Amino acid sequence: MSYQNAFNPVLDRRSIIAGVAGLGAAGILAGCSGAGASGDSGAAAFKIGSMGPLTGPAASYGTSVTGGAELGCKDFSTDELPLVFKAEDDVADGEKAVNAFNSLADWGMQALVGPTTTGCSLAVAQEAESAHLFMITPSATAPDVTDGKTVVFRACYNDPAIGVHSAEWLAKNFPDEKIATFHNAGDTYSAGVHDAFLQKSEELKLDIVDKETFKDDSATSFTNQLTKAKSAGATLIFAPIYYTPASVMLTNAHDMGYDVKVMGCDGMDGILGVEGFDAALAEGLYLMTPFSADDPKNASFVSAYKEAYGELPDQFAADAYDSVHAIALALAEAGLSPDADPAEVADALPEAMTKVKVEGLTGTLTWNDRGEVEKETTVYVIQDGKYVLA
Amino acid sequence: MSVFLQYLANGLTMGSVYAIIALGYTMVYGIAKMLNFAHGDVIMIGAYISFCVTSYLELPAIVSVLAAVAVCTALGILIEGLAYKPLRQAGPLAVLITAIGVSYFLQNAAQLIWGATPKNFTSIVSFPVPEGLRAYNVSAVGIVTVVACLVIMAGLMWFTGRTKMGKAMRACSEDKAAAQLMGINVNRTISMTFAIGSALAAIAGVLLCSYSPVLQPTTGSMPGIKAFTAAVFGGIGSIPGAFVGGILLGIIEAMAQAYISTSLANSIVFGVLIVVLLVKPAGLFGKYVPEKV
Repeated sequence: MSYQNAFNPVLDRRSIIAGVAGLGAAGILAGCSGAGASGDSGAAAFKIGSMGPLTGPAASYGTSVTGGAELGCKDFSTDELPLVFKAEDDVADGEKAVNAFNSLADWGMQALVGPTTTGCSLAVAQEAESAHLFMITPSATAPDVTDGKTVVFRACYNDPAIGVHSAEWLAKNFPDEKIATFHNAGDTYSAGVHDAFLQKSEELKLDIVDKETFKDDSATSFTNQLTKAKSAGATLIFAPIYYTPASVMLTNAHDMGYDVKVMGCDGMDGILGVEGFDAALAEGLYLMTPFSADDPKNASFVSAYKEAYGELPDQFAADAYDSVHAIALALAEAGLSPDADPAEVADALPEAMTKVKVEGLTGTLTWNDRGEVEKETTVYVIQDGKYVLA
Repeated sequence: MSVFLQYLANGLTMGSVYAIIALGYTMVYGIAKMLNFAHGDVIMIGAYISFCVTSYLELPAIVSVLAAVAVCTALGILIEGLAYKPLRQAGPLAVLITAIGVSYFLQNAAQLIWGATPKNFTSIVSFPVPEGLRAYNVSAVGIVTVVACLVIMAGLMWFTGRTKMGKAMRACSEDKAAAQLMGINVNRTISMTFAIGSALAAIAGVLLCSYSPVLQPTTGSMPGIKAFTAAVFGGIGSIPGAFVGGILLGIIEAMAQAYISTSLANSIVFGVLIVVLLVKPAGLFGKYVPEKV
């Protein structure tokens, strides 16, 4: 679920390293200015922490989230409510994430925007709940992250919500298509979205003619699955899968001469960045994803992000930016001062969060008391290599 | 019926890829008596070389195949010389573990050079397939793969059967010590075997990625294991066995995905292998050599 730039890998790695180094430097600077401010005027700044994998194979997700959150802290910082920011690397590992959480708590973090990945979020949500420290994950989609917690919020849709909204969108826009589903049976995100989609589509009387699956160890070719879908007469494939298998699927379908509409979800965002992928194959692809860097309303964020980190922001960065936005509004709503105790913040913020309305990059966001976000669904269609609202 | 033929075409294409990889496995096993688990990763290197030549240097596809074959052949000889030759007198387990080590080394080296982000391999073969065949899922890559597989098998049969080097290889396979006494340079023969096996791996890599376009450092692993299965299925060490084993494995896999379950396909493939080995322990074409105790 990330925007992979079409740079060569050497450049890619360098930019990640530069990004990490930049974040580190910015963290130090932010720390200094925070300390300076409290020394001068006696007014402390509100401390927002963030974490994600900044190194290792999932680094692109973590750099996006921490980059978006940092930019948010810069943009939503006001004189009455100055925000300072610090990011930690959790290497997408649950145990390291708990350590990162503890070190941020030692620093005096009052609210956490993170973690990035689902595994880490499950571990840290438990910690945050018992430490009574407010957290909002911009990107973990598993329902269990927020389930039964009082101080844990989420800025993106969870897996079932993505499935339900996809079914609703298809029922509204393509009620007469014969639909085949295609998902990764070994992946919780893919299976979670798929199950909710099926349940909802039964309710909405969508015409599901075929259900196909694959697993990571057989993700090399989908010709057999597509042959089945084709012979079942499917005219639209709903595929809640990541962009790598999606690129295989689109290539296979093209080679077979199977002309079929394809709809994917946020996990497929990034497909245009796969190196060597013929973007023409993705023409007409429908994507339900909350953010588009091509959208003119996001232009100022996109250019600021690009200037700071040298790459295009993806939905991770946008969700993190919106999370900080929500915290800033909720703090004002609750009338909390920047030097409030973390426990005080955790007492007041959940209530305030349900009252705020964020006009954000990923739509208009509101929250219910279970910590789940409500925002309008946006579906983009790829036209001439750009995301266009469908 | 038409749908059945479509699955058959898919199975034949994938099966031919397995067969080419299995031929490499079986050559090396037959002659050096070792399982070269790094074979699958040489495939991946071959595909990356071809990708780089076409995408970065923008040279024609055929040049990229030749470059891949050249690099992989050199790599095969290098791996053999550095990793396996010093272990010629060591037990089979030491060699096996070294092969696994080489496999990891190649995967991680590829990740360092090309990154973990998957690349999309553009098929190197594209010519219009007659509409009548296209209806049965017959693709340009499929035709080229099947033809390449047949040519390679025939070539290997001729090479091992008729040429002096081929005869030397068979002699090494029978008895290394005796071959040496007869004046055959065993080390050179084994290096030659690795060179041929790796050249085949390069071709297999290019065809594999032309058919299934995702190229990443682990691309060769699963097809490598399946091709190894195919080689055992057909009788490891036997050239026609590797060919038949590969094709059958591809077809069984396609049929299992089509008519039973896509999630269970791999289990079914390996289940068939177990049944075959229970009935014919040496594989379909293998010679059963009873062990004297």
